Amino acid sequence: MANILAVDDSASMRQMVTFTLQGAGHKVTLADDGKQALDIAQRQSFDLVITDVNMPVMDGLTLTRELRKLPSFKFAPILVLTTEAGPEKKQEGRAAGATGWLIKPFNPDQLLATVKKVLG
Amino acid sequence: MSIDVTQFHGVFFEESFEGLDIMETGLLSMSQGEIDDDTVNGIFRAAHSIKGGAGTFGFSHISEFTHGLETLLDQIRNGEREATHEVIETLLSAVDTLREMLTAVQNSSDVDEEKVAQVSHALEKILDAAVAETGMNVEDTSVPDSDESDTTETNTQQQSWLIHFKPLPHLLQTGNEPIRMFRELAELGELAVNVNDEELPPFTDLDPEICYFSWELTLTGEMDEAEINEVFEWVDGDCELTIERLQENEASDSPELLQEQQSHDKPEVVEAVSQPMATDLASIAGDAPSKTPIKNDVAPKKKTVSSDASTASIRVGTDKVDSLVNLVGELVITQSMLGQIGDNFDVSMLPQLIDGLEQLERNTRELQESIMRIRMLPISFVFNRFPRLVHDMTSKLGKQVELVLTGEQTELDKTVMEKIGDPLVHLVRNSLDHGLETPEKRLAANKSETGVLKLNAYHQGGNIVIEISDDGAGLNEEKILQKAIEKGLVEPNESLSPEKIHELIFLPGFSTADQVSDLSGRGVGMDVVRKNINSLGGAVEVKSESGIGSTFTIRLPLTLAIMDGQIIQVADQRYIIPLISIIESVEVDISKVKKVTGKGELYKIRDEYVPLIRLRHVFNLDGGIEDLEHGLLVIVDCEDYKIGLFVDELLAQQQVVIKSLETNFRKVKGLAGATILGDGTVALILDIAGVMAMHKEPSIIKQTSLKSVV
Repeated sequence: MANILAVDDSASMRQMVTFTLQGAGHKVTLADDGKQALDIAQRQSFDLVITDVNMPVMDGLTLTRELRKLPSFKFAPILVLTTEAGPEKKQEGRAAGATGWLIKPFNPDQLLATVKKVLG
Repeated sequence: MSIDVTQFHGVFFEESFEGLDIMETGLLSMSQGEIDDDTVNGIFRAAHSIKGGAGTFGFSHISEFTHGLETLLDQIRNGEREATHEVIETLLSAVDTLREMLTAVQNSSDVDEEKVAQVSHALEKILDAAVAETGMNVEDTSVPDSDESDTTETNTQQQSWLIHFKPLPHLLQTGNEPIRMFRELAELGELAVNVNDEELPPFTDLDPEICYFSWELTLTGEMDEAEINEVFEWVDGDCELTIERLQENEASDSPELLQEQQSHDKPEVVEAVSQPMATDLASIAGDAPSKTPIKNDVAPKKKTVSSDASTASIRVGTDKVDSLVNLVGELVITQSMLGQIGDNFDVSMLPQLIDGLEQLERNTRELQESIMRIRMLPISFVFNRFPRLVHDMTSKLGKQVELVLTGEQTELDKTVMEKIGDPLVHLVRNSLDHGLETPEKRLAANKSETGVLKLNAYHQGGNIVIEISDDGAGLNEEKILQKAIEKGLVEPNESLSPEKIHELIFLPGFSTADQVSDLSGRGVGMDVVRKNINSLGGAVEVKSESGIGSTFTIRLPLTLAIMDGQIIQVADQRYIIPLISIIESVEVDISKVKKVTGKGELYKIRDEYVPLIRLRHVFNLDGGIEDLEHGLLVIVDCEDYKIGLFVDELLAQQQVVIKSLETNFRKVKGLAGATILGDGTVALILDIAGVMAMHKEPSIIKQTSLKSVV
């Protein structure tokens, strides 16, 4: 169905996100950090990006800002995974150009519901 | 859709333990004053990942515990708090606790609740102190703001809401689409949409990236204000939004009114929205924006599955796997080449066959080396535990020690690594406890206050060498000698060279803890250290200089699975002697054999007498050479003493793959294992120390004095 780029530095999270999204019929491309994701995004477009915030090399908010500069990601939905649901964190995400957020911890059903919300 | 999250537990544990190591290493370098952003961020990220993962995979108690830790680290990261000694020590104990909690979950065992509560309390105490000092509200971040709205409206009666929604011009550039939000609203109840396009400029001025519309929406159904707010949660701040509850009569009027306007304006968007309304998309509405925090439904169900998987797995770099794949490819080509030759072989093809076999040999050797490399891990896996050990011990002992690690990337077989850990810890502890002096003593001896403990690893030939050296006081020869005489290990009037005295610390009788703990030299359990290292096919030696320091050098084979062996023939049997133990092989000069009553035969090689052991007697073999002049003597190293093994004949030297007798049969005295030779027969590998023990337990005192003759 949708072509999704998932970015997280945690291998278990990546596994779970991939497994869940693929189970729902989506195509998933993975990246370990923001820099890797940006490199991939420069060559390929996606229907949706889901990114962790705290990552080495390049964090998720920087990635979001960089993606928004690319023509193919100008309007693409970008969801950030955050553990902190406080208003400042959300504001920070919005200012970076994020479409919305997924609050950690989340379970596979929540992930799918949120993805469904922004696709189609 | 329900997914069994337990399948991700193995990876979660693996990365969490790695994260804890990162945290520990980082905190230790912070305690030494190295507080840079990278370190702090690394520690924070590790804590953050563990918290997120623990929550997601159903270990809420771990994620709750990590929360305080994370908050504290976040404050340090943001420069809101100083990383004082107390803070770092608390964080270190939190890392320990977290490790215990994870291990407990992994093994489905119980955790020391009291300790967890204690550490948790210590963290809270530090966090609370911050509130008092800076007035900062620490708890703020943990409260999801949706909680506020929970209390506002809980009336779920049928009612109508009028929503005015005016996006700011840039809304589309955040990836948000009004149509998606309308679709979500449509899932909550009956939705009527009216678009206002008044601000739409003339076509020539139109910027397609800007949103010019605003909307009036009427929603009827059983929903409360919070649910509606949630739909617009992501665009809060990117739009003007008002939500009003309509009176009964207004509610009934308004949809019609809007319907009318709708047909009038006919904006495309509205049609698109009303379609999903009709479809059964509402079915997903039920579980989509669920606000109750989901805690228990992902609780671990199969508790025992993950535990053994973690111990058996090994992380291998992709380059190593790639090289294997390449080699297997080459092997396949060689095999097909040989196959072709075999299909219609003719003597003229002999050179090709020889070429092919050589290639096969090369492939096999490379494959073997590559496979061995897969089991190799950098010794940093063992070294990494020492910063913490040194940190904890020095503060207990009141000493100042700088730990220098070098050669951490030197690779070593996984099984060897697992077994060398304890002996190394022992040696490091001894250096800290007995070797390095207190700051006062050091100053008095004209040394710098801070002692240096060095751990170094490097490859030398087919071996790995690990050195543990300190610039402490060195071994106290006088006391060691005195203790040895007391214990009857050395004759009172004997004079020993310093090297011989240092060697004494490895002798068994020397190591009962109670007697030597007051000794400023070393000795506690050194015989065990040596035994463990020997059992790995390695050796340990010590060099020490009074007042300058000591160095322990450990030599180990790179792997336990394969070794270089010398095949020997005794009677009708073939045995393997580990090449590493062999010093030389000599033809027997009968004039140098000396028979000693009660001690058996000795052989004088240069200036040294070595016990002569006839293998055919040891193993009760029939036949074989009895006459010493017709056989050969293989001089081997046995725990620093030499012995001569009398054999019939030396055969080839070759690498042998070691098969354990213990696993396949049972432990046999004098044998270290077995291997299969090229012709398919089984050859037994000699355990030199075991053979010596079987021959006759020579008294240590005799051996020592024999050697001291040199």
